[in-house]
Amino acid sequence: MTTTFPRRALLAAGAALAAPAPLRAQGTAMRLLVIGGGFGGASAASFARRTYPEVQVTLVEPQPRFVTCPYGNLLLGGERQIGQITHSYDGLRARGVEVIHDRAAGIDAPTKRVRLAGGAVLAYDRLILSPGIAIRWGAIEGYDEAAAQQMPHAWIPADGSQTLLLRRQLEAMPDGGVVGFAIPGNPFRCPPGPYERISMVAHYLKRHKPRSKILALDAKEGFSKQGLFQDGWRALYGDMIEWVPGNRDGRVVKVDVAERVLETEFGTRHKVDVANVIPPQSAASIAAASGLVNDTGWVPVNTRTFEARAAAGVHVIGDANIPGPMPKSGYVANTTAKQAVAAAVALHRGQTPPEPVYFNTCYSHVGENYGISVVGIFRPNADGTAIAEVPNSGGVSPRGDLPEQRRLEAIHADSWYDSITRSMFG
Amino acid sequence: MRSSILPAALLALAATIAPAAAQGPAPLAAEGCIGCHGPDGRGVAGGIPIAGRDRAELVAIMTAFRANERPGTIMGRIARGYTDAEIAAVAEHFSRIR
Repeated sequence: MTTTFPRRALLAAGAALAAPAPLRAQGTAMRLLVIGGGFGGASAASFARRTYPEVQVTLVEPQPRFVTCPYGNLLLGGERQIGQITHSYDGLRARGVEVIHDRAAGIDAPTKRVRLAGGAVLAYDRLILSPGIAIRWGAIEGYDEAAAQQMPHAWIPADGSQTLLLRRQLEAMPDGGVVGFAIPGNPFRCPPGPYERISMVAHYLKRHKPRSKILALDAKEGFSKQGLFQDGWRALYGDMIEWVPGNRDGRVVKVDVAERVLETEFGTRHKVDVANVIPPQSAASIAAASGLVNDTGWVPVNTRTFEARAAAGVHVIGDANIPGPMPKSGYVANTTAKQAVAAAVALHRGQTPPEPVYFNTCYSHVGENYGISVVGIFRPNADGTAIAEVPNSGGVSPRGDLPEQRRLEAIHADSWYDSITRSMFG
Repeated sequence: MRSSILPAALLALAATIAPAAAQGPAPLAAEGCIGCHGPDGRGVAGGIPIAGRDRAELVAIMTAFRANERPGTIMGRIARGYTDAEIAAVAEHFSRIR
């Protein structure tokens, strides 16, 4: 059975008054369906309502409130409470977005319908799919859902419970303990995230448990903003942090939950007191179930419209897609969401999508008054098969002893968080 | 046709031909700014406001950032990715917000 979208007659009338665009015949308004209410989906819904008031926007998201990944690391460092990184969907409702708290269970792209776990079927004209990531359970031997209750990943916030669990474990750890991190190879959500997390855990330990150590076991030989992070670690935390790259047997392949052991490729068993296992990831399961992913587990898309290669009318944004040289970041999800919506609306109207430009700004807190960043400006090629960073633009913060630069970037990071979340949910 | 789906260069052109209409949707190049400068460019929680400033002043600031002639924490790195047309469109948009 197909449920048509609620009429929302009053809202539609209000939108018509506000919109200078020609009035459309009643009942023919474009139906834009957004699956996923995170950085991609909430940005898409908000942008669609702000820019195209005549478009009907419905958002499907299982969680009643959104807990951000960004600034979850500051919670671990004791600098934020969960309420400060939790956002309501009421602002989107006030903008006229129909918010449905349910899980999308299946996409039928040929008939343009989405089935929800609760049984409803939603028809759409264009679909924006921003489903986020899935943990590849079992990619690390012994790491399953039950193990995550002992060794949290805290990489998909959901209701915040994973992040809060890791925080409680840090609080319970005695001074002199070892906090172990398992960090995956590329690609994964938020490339600088594990290293900001290490920084914020060190920030907490230095104040409260200064004899403790951090052991960071990494599948990679290098990482985002590496020089800047390692400069900051030395300056702020001395020898507290040991980072072990993949070519020094850093790749964790197995966990022993009962013994609290992280085991690496060559069989070294690292006993730790608290373990944060950030496992390998893929696009969220609905992407694979809908036939959208390739053999990487991520979704190839047209880089001008974000339409999935495998399904017409389905625009896939956020961490689930293959973004070329862009990182899987909240900012990229935010700016590509806008292009995806603009392209979806244009294509629905038989028009040419606008000329795209994508932005990324990722701040990381290394310590108190110590922020660093990477920025990028990106453009797709003409046929939508690739994306390139604009030459001579973007890049990371300058290295060196630059306390004023670090202090300003920490301030800008906080305003970034408030600005982007307000633009999504306000 | 709505202005938001015009390419930035055309938008800038259109803005010079038909100025002063009500504040319309931001061009996509300006949407890139609001992640840090606030939804309407007014600045949030210590973010630097860019709304309501003189159009020519905004163009001059962005151009100077791009040419490495103005110190900035991150704006030099960002401005170097913008075209002249995008700088003009961004300046036009934020200068109209009062």
